[in-house]
Amino acid sequence: MNPIDYNKYTATVIVWLLLLTMPFWLPAIGGYSELGTRVVVLGLAAMSLNFLLGYTGVLSFGHAAYFGLGAYGVGLTIRYLVPSTGVGIVAGTLIGTIAGAIIGPMIVRLRGVYFAMVTIAFGQVFFFIAFRWHSVTGGDDGLTDWSRMPINLGFTTIDIQHDARAFYYLVLVVFAIAVGAMAWILRSPFGRTLIAIRENERRARFLGIPVDQHIWIAWTISCCFVSVAGALYALLNNFVDPRALYWTQSGDFVIMAVLGGMRSFWGPLLGAAIFVVLQDYLSSQTQNWMSFVGLFFVLVVLFFPRGVLGIIKRKVAS
Amino acid sequence: MSLLRVENVSKQFGSLIAVNGVSMNVEPGELRAVIGPNGAGKTTFFNLISGFLTPTAGRVTFDNEDITHMLPARRVWKGIARTFQITEVFPELSVRENLRVPVEVAAGHRLSPWLSADDDGEIRARVTDLMDMSGLADKADRLVGELSHGDQRATEIMMALALKPRLLLLDEPTAGMGDQETYDIAQLIRKLHKDQSLTIVLIEHDMRVVFHLADRIMVLAEGAMLAEGTPKEIAANETVQAAYLGKAAA
Ligand SMILES: Nc1ncnc2c1ncn2[C@@H]1O[C@H](COP(=O)(O)OP(=O)(O)O)[C@@H](O)[C@H]1O
Ligand SMILES: [Mg+2]
Repeated sequence: MNPIDYNKYTATVIVWLLLLTMPFWLPAIGGYSELGTRVVVLGLAAMSLNFLLGYTGVLSFGHAAYFGLGAYGVGLTIRYLVPSTGVGIVAGTLIGTIAGAIIGPMIVRLRGVYFAMVTIAFGQVFFFIAFRWHSVTGGDDGLTDWSRMPINLGFTTIDIQHDARAFYYLVLVVFAIAVGAMAWILRSPFGRTLIAIRENERRARFLGIPVDQHIWIAWTISCCFVSVAGALYALLNNFVDPRALYWTQSGDFVIMAVLGGMRSFWGPLLGAAIFVVLQDYLSSQTQNWMSFVGLFFVLVVLFFPRGVLGIIKRKVAS
Repeated sequence: MSLLRVENVSKQFGSLIAVNGVSMNVEPGELRAVIGPNGAGKTTFFNLISGFLTPTAGRVTFDNEDITHMLPARRVWKGIARTFQITEVFPELSVRENLRVPVEVAAGHRLSPWLSADDDGEIRARVTDLMDMSGLADKADRLVGELSHGDQRATEIMMALALKPRLLLLDEPTAGMGDQETYDIAQLIRKLHKDQSLTIVLIEHDMRVVFHLADRIMVLAEGAMLAEGTPKEIAANETVQAAYLGKAAA
């Protein structure tokens, strides 16, 4: 194995060991199960965004829309249709993915800031629908009167409702499937065309890659995984409100990805962990916690453009 | 039957006519050079053939198919590959990865979520062949952005070649190179042309390269075709001498 591959392999092993054991050591350092679950869920959202940002070179500022659709999808399904956590996750994911696939062709010809702006605009459409359609979504008050359901495996039932640790591991299994799929895609010929587009769009086009089509597919895949994250987020809170769809939530995902390091596969997960911990700690100290996160973000971007994981990588390499 | 037929194409940018009613037929297996002073419209002419731009008038036909308005990627699938005057590569990927992308596209795998072990083996072998052919093998795992200018340009040519094109368009492949690098690239182009009878259209400033390689030469000046013919005819053409070649051909 060459040194780069070896480092990547080591990082992957460390990440999985930490994630698998989190419920056991997190309380010892002052955390709680729910905090760990939040890190994994928001980490998945940030990694999904980064599939597009870090590997295709396209900045979406509207991913909260699909995150929120996944969240409402699971909530509405359990509340009105089928009281099943599994069916809810699948429904939420389908809704977010289909919405992304439909909106994609309208935006994939745009680049840079224009792309980002239009993704915000589309995102706000979903926000206003959730906000206004009070009779179904609960509007500003959010969607209540539902909760995640025990998972029935036939031979046994897992009580994810009352057992926070069991829920954490359910989330981790879904996370593993999603993240495994993303890693798989990125190592495939299709994944290499995305990296090629990031590296040099003109060169990619004149190597016979229809760039807009490939960006559309990457966008749809990214929307799919962020809606999985949204579904898990709603299950974690037993609640959804329009803020899950709001553009500031999209901004949080971008902050997490850039903070952790958008050129690294695991960077956005680290970014999400820093973000969630800072939020948890600072918001108990001051109302202006977001200014501190913002300041930290600006410092990292100015001095360490490759993010926190970029710093660690450099330390390991030297 | 010509492989490429360009009929009376023009390209206007505002009030500037960059290419003005130029025609060119390229036969299979031919190596055609396009020469002319800076700003003559050579690159714009290439852009019209490769689909980077579409002409404001005229027609481009490739292998008997009208491609005047076809998307660039589709033209690549038909067999037209190009390099750029200013090197366009994937700087943060290795030489191997740079070549792997076009090899996979050419093998029809651009949308594949996986490769069979056989396909993977074939693709690796093809990448290795391309590196061996161009002397890049010992730099296989270096990032292309860190290579010398000459090696970057060689990588770009091999990327175009990885597409298994039927027509290769090279825009000043030796620009900014020293004598040795220029010689190496010229030899590479000659080899592709002779050994694989690849059809090549070449924009080139270095007259030694042009007269060494070209079967026929087209001269552009101020967007219009000034002359067209064999290297001998062009060297003897007085209009060309006056307008452009000067001492270089003497
Ligand atoms: N995209 C463009 N927009 C406006 N003018 C252009 C564009 N591309 C080229 N030109 C102009 O067209 C003329 C021909 O340029 P070019 O084809 O690059 O010449 P050459 O390759 O022969 O040096 C130049 O005057 C150039 O400034
Ligand atoms: Mg030029």
